[in-house]
Amino acid sequence: MNVFDILGPIMIGPSSSHTAGAARIGRIARALLGTQPVQAQILLHGSFAKTYKGHGTDKALIAGIMGMEPDDERIRFSPQIAQEQGLSVTILPTEIDNAHPNTARITLTDANNHSVTLQGASIGGGNIMVTQVNGMDVQITGQYTTLIVLHQDTPGTIAAVTDVLAASQVNICNFRLSRQKKGGIAVMTIEMDGSFDCELNKRIESLPNILSSTMLLPN
Amino acid sequence: MNIEFKYDSVAALVAAAQQAGEPISALVLRQQAQHLEKNEAEVFAQMKETYAVMANCIEPGCDEHLRSTSGLTGGSAFKMRKAVQQGKTLTGSVLGGALYRALAVSELNAAMGRVVAAPTAGSCGILPAAMLTMQQDLGYSEDACIMALFTASAVGMVIATNACVAGAQGGCQAECGSAAAMAAAAITELAGGSPEQVADAVAIALKNILGLVCDPVAGLVEIPCIKRNASGVAGAFVAAEMALAGIASAIPADETIWAMKKVGDAMSPSLKETAEGGLAITPTGQKLYEQVFGTTGGCTGCGGCAKG
Repeated sequence: MNVFDILGPIMIGPSSSHTAGAARIGRIARALLGTQPVQAQILLHGSFAKTYKGHGTDKALIAGIMGMEPDDERIRFSPQIAQEQGLSVTILPTEIDNAHPNTARITLTDANNHSVTLQGASIGGGNIMVTQVNGMDVQITGQYTTLIVLHQDTPGTIAAVTDVLAASQVNICNFRLSRQKKGGIAVMTIEMDGSFDCELNKRIESLPNILSSTMLLPN
Repeated sequence: MNIEFKYDSVAALVAAAQQAGEPISALVLRQQAQHLEKNEAEVFAQMKETYAVMANCIEPGCDEHLRSTSGLTGGSAFKMRKAVQQGKTLTGSVLGGALYRALAVSELNAAMGRVVAAPTAGSCGILPAAMLTMQQDLGYSEDACIMALFTASAVGMVIATNACVAGAQGGCQAECGSAAAMAAAAITELAGGSPEQVADAVAIALKNILGLVCDPVAGLVEIPCIKRNASGVAGAFVAAEMALAGIASAIPADETIWAMKKVGDAMSPSLKETAEGGLAITPTGQKLYEQVFGTTGGCTGCGGCAKG
Protein backbone atom coordinates (compact mmCIF):
# COMPACT_ATOMS: atom_id res chain seq x y z
CA MET A 1 0.00 0.00 0.00
CA ASN A 2 1.24 3.51 -0.75
CA VAL A 3 -0.10 7.06 -0.34
CA PHE A 4 -1.69 7.01 -3.79
CA ASP A 5 -3.68 3.89 -2.96
CA ILE A 6 -5.30 5.94 -0.16
CA LEU A 7 -5.52 9.22 -2.11
CA GLY A 8 -6.60 7.63 -5.34
CA PRO A 9 -7.52 6.48 -7.83
CA ILE A 10 -8.24 9.62 -9.78
CA MET A 11 -11.51 8.56 -11.35
CA ILE A 12 -14.86 9.51 -12.79
CA GLY A 13 -17.52 9.11 -10.09
CA PRO A 14 -19.70 8.11 -8.50
CA SER A 15 -18.45 4.69 -7.39
CA SER A 16 -15.05 3.03 -7.60
CA SER A 17 -16.65 -0.40 -7.98
CA HIS A 18 -19.64 0.51 -10.16
CA THR A 19 -17.91 3.07 -12.37
CA ALA A 20 -14.08 2.91 -12.29
CA GLY A 21 -13.99 -0.91 -12.11
CA ALA A 22 -16.58 -1.18 -14.88
CA ALA A 23 -14.45 0.96 -17.20
CA ARG A 24 -11.47 -1.31 -16.54
CA ILE A 25 -13.47 -4.45 -17.40
CA GLY A 26 -14.56 -2.81 -20.67
CA ARG A 27 -10.97 -1.89 -21.53
CA ILE A 28 -9.79 -5.47 -21.12
CA ALA A 29 -12.58 -6.73 -23.38
CA ARG A 30 -11.50 -4.25 -26.03
CA ALA A 31 -7.84 -5.23 -25.67
CA LEU A 32 -8.78 -8.90 -26.11
CA LEU A 33 -10.74 -8.19 -29.28
CA GLY A 34 -7.71 -6.29 -30.58
CA THR A 35 -9.72 -4.51 -33.28
CA GLN A 36 -12.41 -1.85 -33.47
CA PRO A 37 -15.70 -3.36 -32.25
CA VAL A 38 -18.89 -2.62 -34.18
CA GLN A 39 -21.18 -4.44 -31.80
CA ALA A 40 -21.20 -4.84 -28.02
CA GLN A 41 -23.61 -6.99 -26.08
CA ILE A 42 -23.37 -6.40 -22.35
CA LEU A 43 -25.08 -8.64 -19.79
CA LEU A 44 -25.26 -7.23 -16.27
CA HIS A 45 -25.68 -9.27 -13.11
CA GLY A 46 -26.48 -8.53 -9.46
CA SER A 47 -25.91 -4.99 -8.24
CA PHE A 48 -24.66 -4.04 -11.71
CA ALA A 49 -28.03 -5.13 -13.13
CA LYS A 50 -30.02 -3.36 -10.43
CA THR A 51 -28.21 -0.04 -10.16
CA TYR A 52 -26.36 0.51 -13.42
CA LYS A 53 -28.45 3.49 -14.46
CA GLY A 54 -27.80 5.48 -11.29
CA HIS A 55 -24.10 4.60 -11.13
CA GLY A 56 -23.37 5.11 -14.82
CA THR A 57 -22.05 1.52 -14.97
CA ASP A 58 -23.33 1.23 -18.54
CA LYS A 59 -21.53 4.42 -19.57
CA ALA A 60 -18.31 3.29 -17.91
CA LEU A 61 -18.41 -0.13 -19.60
CA ILE A 62 -19.06 1.43 -23.01
CA ALA A 63 -16.25 3.96 -22.42
CA GLY A 64 -13.87 1.15 -21.48
CA ILE A 65 -14.87 -0.78 -24.60
CA MET A 66 -13.85 2.30 -26.59
CA GLY A 67 -10.50 2.29 -24.81
CA MET A 68 -11.09 5.12 -22.33
CA GLU A 69 -9.32 5.15 -18.95
CA PRO A 70 -11.39 5.27 -15.69
CA ASP A 71 -10.60 9.00 -15.28
CA ASP A 72 -11.64 10.06 -18.79
CA GLU A 73 -14.16 12.91 -18.58
CA ARG A 74 -15.83 11.70 -21.77
CA ILE A 75 -17.21 8.65 -19.87
CA ARG A 76 -20.53 10.35 -19.17
CA PHE A 77 -21.04 10.94 -22.91
CA SER A 78 -19.85 7.49 -23.99
CA PRO A 79 -23.17 6.15 -25.38
CA GLN A 80 -23.32 9.14 -27.71
CA ILE A 81 -19.65 8.74 -28.70
CA ALA A 82 -20.23 5.03 -29.36
CA GLN A 83 -23.07 5.89 -31.69
CA GLU A 84 -20.91 8.39 -33.55
CA GLN A 85 -18.16 5.77 -33.92
CA GLY A 86 -20.56 3.16 -35.30
CA LEU A 87 -20.55 0.93 -32.20
CA SER A 88 -23.96 -0.56 -31.55
CA VAL A 89 -24.53 -1.45 -27.88
CA THR A 90 -27.13 -3.69 -26.25
CA ILE A 91 -27.44 -3.79 -22.46
CA LEU A 92 -29.36 -6.59 -20.78
CA PRO A 93 -29.84 -6.92 -17.02
CA THR A 94 -29.89 -10.64 -16.30
CA GLU A 95 -28.80 -13.30 -13.84
CA ILE A 96 -25.53 -15.13 -14.28
CA ASP A 97 -25.10 -18.28 -12.17
CA ASN A 98 -22.49 -18.20 -9.39
CA ALA A 99 -21.29 -14.74 -10.33
CA HIS A 100 -20.00 -11.95 -8.08
CA PRO A 101 -22.71 -9.27 -7.48
CA ASN A 102 -20.91 -6.74 -9.68
CA THR A 103 -20.48 -8.83 -12.81
CA ALA A 104 -20.65 -7.96 -16.51
CA ARG A 105 -20.40 -10.35 -19.45
CA ILE A 106 -19.34 -8.55 -22.61
CA THR A 107 -19.38 -9.89 -26.15
CA LEU A 108 -17.61 -7.71 -28.69
CA THR A 109 -17.74 -8.25 -32.44
CA ASP A 110 -15.70 -6.45 -35.08
CA ALA A 111 -16.49 -5.65 -38.73
CA ASN A 112 -15.00 -9.00 -39.84
CA ASN A 113 -17.37 -10.85 -37.52
CA HIS A 114 -14.50 -11.79 -35.22
CA SER A 115 -15.75 -11.81 -31.64
CA VAL A 116 -14.66 -12.31 -28.05
CA THR A 117 -16.65 -12.83 -24.84
CA LEU A 118 -15.33 -11.80 -21.48
CA GLN A 119 -16.86 -12.03 -18.02
CA GLY A 120 -15.51 -9.86 -15.25
CA ALA A 121 -16.39 -8.65 -11.78
CA SER A 122 -15.66 -5.37 -10.04
CA ILE A 123 -14.49 -6.50 -6.64
CA GLY A 124 -14.12 -3.18 -4.77
CA GLY A 125 -12.05 0.00 -4.81
CA GLY A 126 -11.84 -0.09 -8.61
CA ASN A 127 -10.13 -3.50 -8.54
CA ILE A 128 -11.42 -6.11 -10.93
CA MET A 129 -11.25 -9.84 -11.66
CA VAL A 130 -11.83 -11.19 -15.15
CA THR A 131 -13.26 -14.65 -14.57
CA GLN A 132 -13.97 -15.99 -18.06
CA VAL A 133 -12.66 -15.54 -21.59
CA ASN A 134 -14.78 -17.19 -24.30
CA GLY A 135 -16.39 -19.36 -21.64
CA MET A 136 -13.07 -20.58 -20.23
CA ASP A 137 -12.24 -19.90 -16.57
CA VAL A 138 -9.46 -17.39 -15.95
CA GLN A 139 -8.38 -15.15 -13.07
CA ILE A 140 -7.04 -11.85 -14.34
CA THR A 141 -6.68 -8.86 -12.02
CA GLY A 142 -4.69 -6.62 -14.34
CA GLN A 143 -2.34 -5.78 -11.46
CA TYR A 144 0.61 -7.42 -13.20
CA THR A 145 1.67 -7.37 -16.83
CA THR A 146 -0.55 -10.14 -18.18
CA LEU A 147 -0.46 -12.17 -21.37
CA ILE A 148 -3.70 -13.77 -22.49
CA VAL A 149 -2.86 -16.36 -25.11
CA LEU A 150 -5.64 -18.16 -26.98
CA HIS A 151 -4.30 -21.27 -28.63
CA GLN A 152 -5.05 -24.71 -29.99
CA ASP A 153 -4.61 -27.32 -27.24
CA THR A 154 -1.62 -29.19 -28.74
CA PRO A 155 1.55 -30.65 -27.16
CA GLY A 156 4.48 -28.25 -26.91
CA THR A 157 2.52 -24.99 -27.23
CA ILE A 158 2.96 -23.94 -23.61
CA ALA A 159 6.68 -24.79 -23.76
CA ALA A 160 7.06 -22.74 -26.94
CA VAL A 161 5.45 -19.72 -25.28
CA THR A 162 7.43 -19.98 -22.06
CA ASP A 163 10.63 -20.43 -24.13
CA VAL A 164 9.99 -17.05 -25.73
CA LEU A 165 9.50 -15.52 -22.27
CA ALA A 166 12.61 -17.22 -20.88
CA ALA A 167 14.68 -15.97 -23.82
CA SER A 168 13.58 -12.42 -22.93
CA GLN A 169 14.50 -12.90 -19.24
CA VAL A 170 10.86 -12.61 -18.20
CA ASN A 171 9.98 -13.86 -14.74
CA ILE A 172 6.55 -15.51 -14.61
CA CYS A 173 4.76 -14.95 -11.30
CA ASN A 174 1.53 -16.77 -12.13
CA PHE A 175 0.50 -19.19 -14.88
CA ARG A 176 -2.95 -20.60 -15.52
CA LEU A 177 -4.38 -22.79 -18.26
CA SER A 178 -7.99 -23.42 -19.13
CA ARG A 179 -9.49 -25.20 -22.13
CA GLN A 180 -12.88 -25.81 -23.67
CA LYS A 181 -12.07 -29.48 -24.37
CA LYS A 182 -9.09 -31.71 -25.08
CA GLY A 183 -7.55 -30.67 -28.38
CA GLY A 184 -9.87 -27.66 -28.60
CA ILE A 185 -9.34 -23.99 -27.92
CA ALA A 186 -7.43 -23.19 -24.75
CA VAL A 187 -6.32 -20.06 -22.96
CA MET A 188 -3.10 -19.40 -21.07
CA THR A 189 -2.98 -16.46 -18.71
CA ILE A 190 0.53 -15.54 -17.71
CA GLU A 191 1.28 -12.84 -15.13
CA MET A 192 4.81 -11.45 -15.18
CA ASP A 193 7.04 -9.17 -13.12
CA GLY A 194 7.88 -5.87 -14.79
CA SER A 195 6.53 -4.54 -18.04
CA PHE A 196 7.54 -5.37 -21.59
CA ASP A 197 7.19 -4.05 -25.12
CA CYS A 198 4.72 -5.46 -27.59
CA GLU A 199 7.56 -7.14 -29.54
CA LEU A 200 7.31 -9.98 -27.05
CA ASN A 201 3.64 -10.30 -27.83
CA LYS A 202 4.28 -10.37 -31.58
CA ARG A 203 6.88 -13.14 -31.17
CA ILE A 204 4.32 -15.24 -29.27
CA GLU A 205 1.61 -14.59 -31.84
CA SER A 206 3.91 -15.85 -34.62
CA LEU A 207 4.34 -19.26 -32.92
CA PRO A 208 2.43 -22.24 -34.35
CA ASN A 209 -1.03 -23.02 -32.86
CA ILE A 210 -1.41 -19.56 -31.34
CA LEU A 211 -4.74 -17.92 -32.21
CA SER A 212 -4.11 -14.61 -30.49
CA SER A 213 -1.96 -13.08 -27.79
CA THR A 214 -2.92 -9.97 -25.85
CA MET A 215 -0.68 -8.12 -23.45
CA LEU A 216 -2.29 -6.09 -20.66
CA LEU A 217 -0.07 -3.62 -18.85
CA PRO A 218 -0.61 -3.08 -15.12
CA ASN A 219 -2.48 0.06 -14.14
CA MET B 1 18.76 8.03 6.11
CA ASN B 2 16.79 4.83 5.80
CA ILE B 3 13.26 5.28 7.09
CA GLU B 4 12.02 2.11 8.71
CA PHE B 5 8.46 2.40 9.76
CA LYS B 6 5.29 0.65 8.84
CA TYR B 7 1.83 2.13 8.72
CA ASP B 8 0.51 -0.14 11.44
CA SER B 9 -0.14 2.41 14.19
CA VAL B 10 -0.64 6.13 14.67
CA ALA B 11 1.53 5.87 17.80
CA ALA B 12 4.47 4.66 15.69
CA LEU B 13 4.07 7.61 13.30
CA VAL B 14 4.03 10.02 16.24
CA ALA B 15 7.08 8.39 17.85
CA ALA B 16 9.05 8.48 14.58
CA ALA B 17 8.21 12.16 14.05
CA GLN B 18 9.16 13.06 17.63
CA GLN B 19 12.44 11.20 17.35
CA ALA B 20 13.29 12.86 14.05
CA GLY B 21 12.08 16.27 15.23
CA GLU B 22 10.13 16.63 12.01
CA PRO B 23 6.46 16.70 11.04
CA ILE B 24 4.85 13.35 10.17
CA SER B 25 4.43 14.49 6.55
CA ALA B 26 8.19 14.91 6.01
CA LEU B 27 8.88 11.36 7.19
CA VAL B 28 6.07 9.92 5.11
CA LEU B 29 7.26 11.68 1.95
CA ARG B 30 10.80 10.39 2.49
CA GLN B 31 9.65 6.85 3.25
CA GLN B 32 7.24 6.78 0.30
CA ALA B 33 9.96 7.98 -2.09
CA GLN B 34 12.04 4.97 -1.03
CA HIS B 35 9.06 2.64 -1.22
CA LEU B 36 8.03 3.83 -4.70
CA GLU B 37 11.66 3.92 -5.88
CA LYS B 38 11.36 7.57 -6.88
CA ASN B 39 12.91 10.74 -5.54
CA GLU B 40 11.04 13.01 -3.13
CA ALA B 41 10.45 15.67 -5.77
CA GLU B 42 8.71 13.16 -8.04
CA VAL B 43 6.44 11.87 -5.28
CA PHE B 44 5.65 15.44 -4.21
CA ALA B 45 4.85 16.31 -7.85
CA GLN B 46 2.44 13.38 -8.06
CA MET B 47 0.71 14.57 -4.88
CA LYS B 48 0.57 18.07 -6.34
CA GLU B 49 -1.26 16.64 -9.35
CA THR B 50 -3.65 14.81 -7.03
CA TYR B 51 -4.33 18.09 -5.18
CA ALA B 52 -4.92 19.87 -8.50
CA VAL B 53 -7.59 17.30 -9.43
CA MET B 54 -9.24 17.99 -6.05
CA ALA B 55 -9.10 21.76 -6.56
CA ASN B 56 -10.54 21.48 -10.07
CA CYS B 57 -13.70 19.90 -8.65
CA ILE B 58 -14.89 23.06 -6.91
CA GLU B 59 -16.03 25.26 -9.79
CA PRO B 60 -17.92 22.59 -11.77
CA GLY B 61 -19.26 21.21 -8.47
CA CYS B 62 -20.74 24.62 -7.60
CA ASP B 63 -22.69 24.86 -10.87
CA GLU B 64 -26.29 25.80 -10.10
CA HIS B 65 -27.56 23.34 -12.73
CA LEU B 66 -25.32 20.38 -11.87
CA ARG B 67 -27.39 17.19 -11.50
CA SER B 68 -26.41 13.62 -10.75
CA THR B 69 -26.97 10.81 -13.25
CA SER B 70 -30.00 9.67 -11.26
CA GLY B 71 -31.35 13.21 -11.07
CA LEU B 72 -31.69 12.94 -7.29
CA THR B 73 -29.01 15.44 -6.27
CA GLY B 74 -27.06 18.52 -7.31
CA GLY B 75 -27.12 22.24 -6.71
CA SER B 76 -26.52 22.24 -2.93
CA ALA B 77 -22.95 23.48 -3.25
CA PHE B 78 -24.23 26.41 -5.30
CA LYS B 79 -26.66 27.37 -2.54
CA MET B 80 -24.11 26.97 0.24
CA ARG B 81 -21.48 29.02 -1.59
CA LYS B 82 -24.01 31.74 -2.32
CA ALA B 83 -24.89 31.95 1.38
CA VAL B 84 -21.19 32.24 2.24
CA GLN B 85 -20.60 34.90 -0.40
CA GLN B 86 -23.55 36.92 0.87
CA GLY B 87 -22.27 36.66 4.43
CA LYS B 88 -25.41 34.81 5.47
CA THR B 89 -23.81 32.09 7.57
CA LEU B 90 -24.14 31.53 11.29
CA THR B 91 -20.63 30.18 11.80
CA GLY B 92 -18.59 32.29 9.38
CA SER B 93 -16.78 31.80 6.11
CA VAL B 94 -14.30 29.15 7.22
CA LEU B 95 -16.90 26.56 8.16
CA GLY B 96 -19.20 27.75 5.37
CA GLY B 97 -16.32 27.51 2.92
CA ALA B 98 -15.51 23.98 4.03
CA LEU B 99 -19.17 22.97 3.70
CA TYR B 100 -19.69 24.25 0.16
CA ARG B 101 -16.41 22.73 -1.03
CA ALA B 102 -17.28 19.31 0.43
CA LEU B 103 -20.71 19.49 -1.20
CA ALA B 104 -19.17 20.57 -4.51
CA VAL B 105 -16.73 17.66 -4.75
CA SER B 106 -19.35 15.12 -3.66
CA GLU B 107 -22.01 16.43 -5.99
CA LEU B 108 -19.55 16.43 -8.87
CA ASN B 109 -18.75 12.80 -8.05
CA ALA B 110 -22.45 11.93 -8.20
CA ALA B 111 -22.66 13.71 -11.57
CA MET B 112 -19.85 11.56 -13.03
CA GLY B 113 -17.18 14.22 -12.68
CA ARG B 114 -13.45 13.59 -12.22
CA VAL B 115 -12.50 13.20 -8.55
CA VAL B 116 -9.87 11.65 -6.29
CA ALA B 117 -11.09 8.78 -4.11
CA ALA B 118 -9.96 10.04 -0.67
CA PRO B 119 -9.99 7.35 0.59
CA THR B 120 -13.16 6.41 -1.34
CA ALA B 121 -15.38 8.05 -3.95
CA GLY B 122 -18.21 8.20 -1.41
CA SER B 123 -16.07 10.29 0.97
CA CYS B 124 -14.18 12.21 -1.71
CA GLY B 125 -15.30 15.69 -0.59
CA ILE B 126 -13.93 15.82 2.94
CA LEU B 127 -10.16 16.06 2.52
CA PRO B 128 -10.25 18.44 -0.51
CA ALA B 129 -12.66 20.71 1.39
CA ALA B 130 -10.38 20.76 4.43
CA MET B 131 -7.19 21.55 2.49
CA LEU B 132 -8.69 24.06 0.06
CA THR B 133 -10.33 25.94 2.93
CA MET B 134 -7.01 26.05 4.78
CA GLN B 135 -5.37 27.41 1.64
CA GLN B 136 -7.99 29.80 0.31
CA ASP B 137 -9.71 31.05 3.47
CA LEU B 138 -6.92 30.77 6.03
CA GLY B 139 -3.93 31.58 3.83
CA TYR B 140 -1.78 28.45 4.12
CA SER B 141 0.46 27.89 1.10
CA GLU B 142 -0.36 25.38 -1.59
CA ASP B 143 2.88 23.48 -0.94
CA ALA B 144 2.11 23.23 2.78
CA CYS B 145 -1.35 21.86 1.98
CA ILE B 146 0.17 19.29 -0.38
CA MET B 147 2.60 18.20 2.36
CA ALA B 148 -0.30 17.84 4.79
CA LEU B 149 -1.87 15.34 2.38
CA PHE B 150 1.03 12.98 3.19
CA THR B 151 0.04 13.06 6.86
CA ALA B 152 -3.59 12.43 5.88
CA SER B 153 -2.52 9.48 3.71
CA ALA B 154 -0.41 7.99 6.48
CA VAL B 155 -3.42 8.07 8.81
CA GLY B 156 -5.53 6.52 6.04
CA MET B 157 -3.01 3.72 5.59
CA VAL B 158 -3.04 2.95 9.32
CA ILE B 159 -6.85 2.80 9.29
CA ALA B 160 -6.91 0.63 6.14
CA THR B 161 -4.34 -1.70 7.73
CA ASN B 162 -6.05 -2.08 11.11
CA ALA B 163 -9.71 -1.57 10.23
CA CYS B 164 -11.16 -0.68 6.82
CA VAL B 165 -12.17 2.32 4.72
CA ALA B 166 -15.11 0.83 2.79
CA GLY B 167 -18.74 1.43 3.70
CA ALA B 168 -19.58 -2.13 2.63
CA GLN B 169 -17.18 -3.41 5.28
CA GLY B 170 -17.47 -0.95 8.15
CA GLY B 171 -20.37 1.41 7.47
CA CYS B 172 -20.11 5.15 6.94
CA GLN B 173 -17.88 5.50 10.02
CA ALA B 174 -15.23 3.61 8.01
CA GLU B 175 -15.68 5.73 4.92
CA CYS B 176 -16.56 9.31 5.96
CA GLY B 177 -15.09 8.59 9.42
CA SER B 178 -11.70 7.71 7.95
CA ALA B 179 -11.80 10.73 5.65
CA ALA B 180 -12.67 13.01 8.58
CA ALA B 181 -9.84 11.55 10.68
CA MET B 182 -7.41 12.00 7.79
CA ALA B 183 -8.58 15.59 7.25
CA ALA B 184 -8.35 16.36 10.98
CA ALA B 185 -4.75 15.12 10.97
CA ALA B 186 -3.87 17.24 7.94
CA ILE B 187 -5.50 20.40 9.34
CA THR B 188 -3.80 19.96 12.72
CA GLU B 189 -0.32 19.50 11.30
CA LEU B 190 -0.81 22.35 8.84
CA ALA B 191 -1.91 24.69 11.63
CA GLY B 192 1.28 23.94 13.55
CA GLY B 193 0.06 21.17 15.83
CA SER B 194 2.54 18.70 17.27
CA PRO B 195 2.55 15.03 16.19
CA GLU B 196 0.71 14.15 19.45
CA GLN B 197 -1.93 16.74 18.63
CA VAL B 198 -2.29 15.19 15.18
CA ALA B 199 -2.98 11.86 16.87
CA ASP B 200 -5.50 13.48 19.22
CA ALA B 201 -7.30 15.07 16.26
CA VAL B 202 -7.50 11.65 14.55
CA ALA B 203 -8.97 10.08 17.67
CA ILE B 204 -11.48 12.88 18.29
CA ALA B 205 -12.68 12.99 14.67
CA LEU B 206 -13.18 9.24 14.53
CA LYS B 207 -14.82 9.04 17.96
CA ASN B 208 -17.39 11.64 16.98
CA ILE B 209 -18.54 9.68 13.93
CA LEU B 210 -18.29 6.20 15.49
CA GLY B 211 -21.27 3.98 14.72
CA LEU B 212 -22.49 5.85 11.67
CA VAL B 213 -24.15 3.41 9.27
CA CYS B 214 -23.98 3.26 5.47
CA ASP B 215 -27.58 3.40 4.22
CA PRO B 216 -27.60 4.96 0.75
CA VAL B 217 -30.97 5.60 -0.86
CA ALA B 218 -31.35 3.43 -3.97
CA GLY B 219 -27.80 2.18 -3.31
CA LEU B 220 -26.41 5.32 -4.92
CA VAL B 221 -23.54 7.46 -3.62
CA GLU B 222 -25.82 10.48 -3.14
CA ILE B 223 -28.34 10.46 -0.29
CA PRO B 224 -27.16 10.84 2.48
CA CYS B 225 -23.52 10.62 1.33
CA ILE B 226 -23.22 14.14 -0.05
CA LYS B 227 -24.38 15.86 3.13
CA ARG B 228 -22.30 13.48 5.22
CA ASN B 229 -19.25 14.79 3.37
CA ALA B 230 -20.16 18.29 4.54
CA SER B 231 -20.69 16.99 8.05
CA GLY B 232 -17.40 15.06 7.80
CA VAL B 233 -15.30 18.13 7.06
CA ALA B 234 -17.08 20.05 9.83
CA GLY B 235 -16.18 17.20 12.18
CA ALA B 236 -12.56 17.38 11.03
CA PHE B 237 -12.40 21.08 11.96
CA VAL B 238 -14.12 20.41 15.30
CA ALA B 239 -11.53 17.74 16.13
CA ALA B 240 -8.59 19.86 14.94
CA GLU B 241 -9.78 22.90 16.94
CA MET B 242 -9.93 20.86 20.14
CA ALA B 243 -6.59 19.13 19.54
CA LEU B 244 -4.88 22.44 18.73
CA ALA B 245 -6.31 23.94 21.93
CA GLY B 246 -4.41 21.22 23.77
CA ILE B 247 -7.39 18.99 24.51
CA ALA B 248 -6.21 15.39 24.47
CA SER B 249 -8.31 12.39 23.52
CA ALA B 250 -8.86 10.15 26.51
CA ILE B 251 -8.95 7.14 24.18
CA PRO B 252 -5.81 7.02 21.98
CA ALA B 253 -6.11 7.11 18.16
CA ASP B 254 -5.10 3.47 17.67
CA GLU B 255 -7.66 2.22 20.18
CA THR B 256 -10.32 4.38 18.50
CA ILE B 257 -9.47 2.77 15.16
CA TRP B 258 -9.73 -0.64 16.82
CA ALA B 259 -13.13 0.34 18.26
CA MET B 260 -14.27 1.48 14.80
CA LYS B 261 -13.36 -1.93 13.40
CA LYS B 262 -15.26 -3.72 16.18
CA VAL B 263 -18.34 -1.51 15.74
CA GLY B 264 -18.21 -2.17 11.98
CA ASP B 265 -18.01 -5.92 12.55
CA ALA B 266 -21.01 -5.76 14.87
CA MET B 267 -23.07 -3.74 12.39
CA SER B 268 -25.89 -5.55 10.60
CA PRO B 269 -25.22 -6.18 6.89
CA SER B 270 -28.42 -4.21 6.20
CA LEU B 271 -26.53 -1.11 7.36
CA LYS B 272 -23.42 -1.64 5.27
CA GLU B 273 -24.07 -0.24 1.78
CA THR B 274 -26.72 -2.81 0.88
CA ALA B 275 -29.52 -0.22 0.84
CA GLU B 276 -31.59 -2.60 2.96
CA GLY B 277 -31.74 -0.49 6.11
CA GLY B 278 -31.73 2.98 7.59
CA LEU B 279 -32.66 5.89 5.33
CA ALA B 280 -32.76 3.64 2.26
CA ILE B 281 -35.89 1.85 3.45
CA THR B 282 -37.83 4.87 4.70
CA PRO B 283 -41.02 5.51 2.68
CA THR B 284 -39.33 8.44 0.96
CA GLY B 285 -36.17 6.43 0.35
CA GLN B 286 -38.23 3.70 -1.34
CA LYS B 287 -40.13 6.28 -3.36
CA LEU B 288 -36.88 7.76 -4.63
CA TYR B 289 -35.69 4.27 -5.56
CA GLU B 290 -38.80 3.84 -7.71
CA GLN B 291 -38.28 7.26 -9.21
CA VAL B 292 -34.78 6.31 -10.38
CA PHE B 293 -35.20 2.68 -11.34
CA GLY B 294 -38.90 2.41 -12.10
CA THR B 295 -39.30 -0.60 -9.80
CA THR B 296 -39.57 -1.17 -6.08
CA GLY B 297 -36.31 -1.50 -4.16
CA GLY B 298 -35.40 -3.46 -1.07
CA CYS B 299 -34.65 -7.15 -1.08
CA THR B 300 -34.41 -9.18 -4.26
CA GLY B 301 -36.42 -12.04 -2.82
CA CYS B 302 -40.03 -12.88 -3.62
CA GLY B 303 -41.18 -9.29 -4.06
CA GLY B 304 -44.25 -10.05 -1.97
CA CYS B 305 -43.59 -7.26 0.49
CA ALA B 306 -43.57 -4.71 -2.30
CA LYS B 307 -46.96 -5.73 -3.65
CA GLY B 308 -48.96 -5.24 -0.47
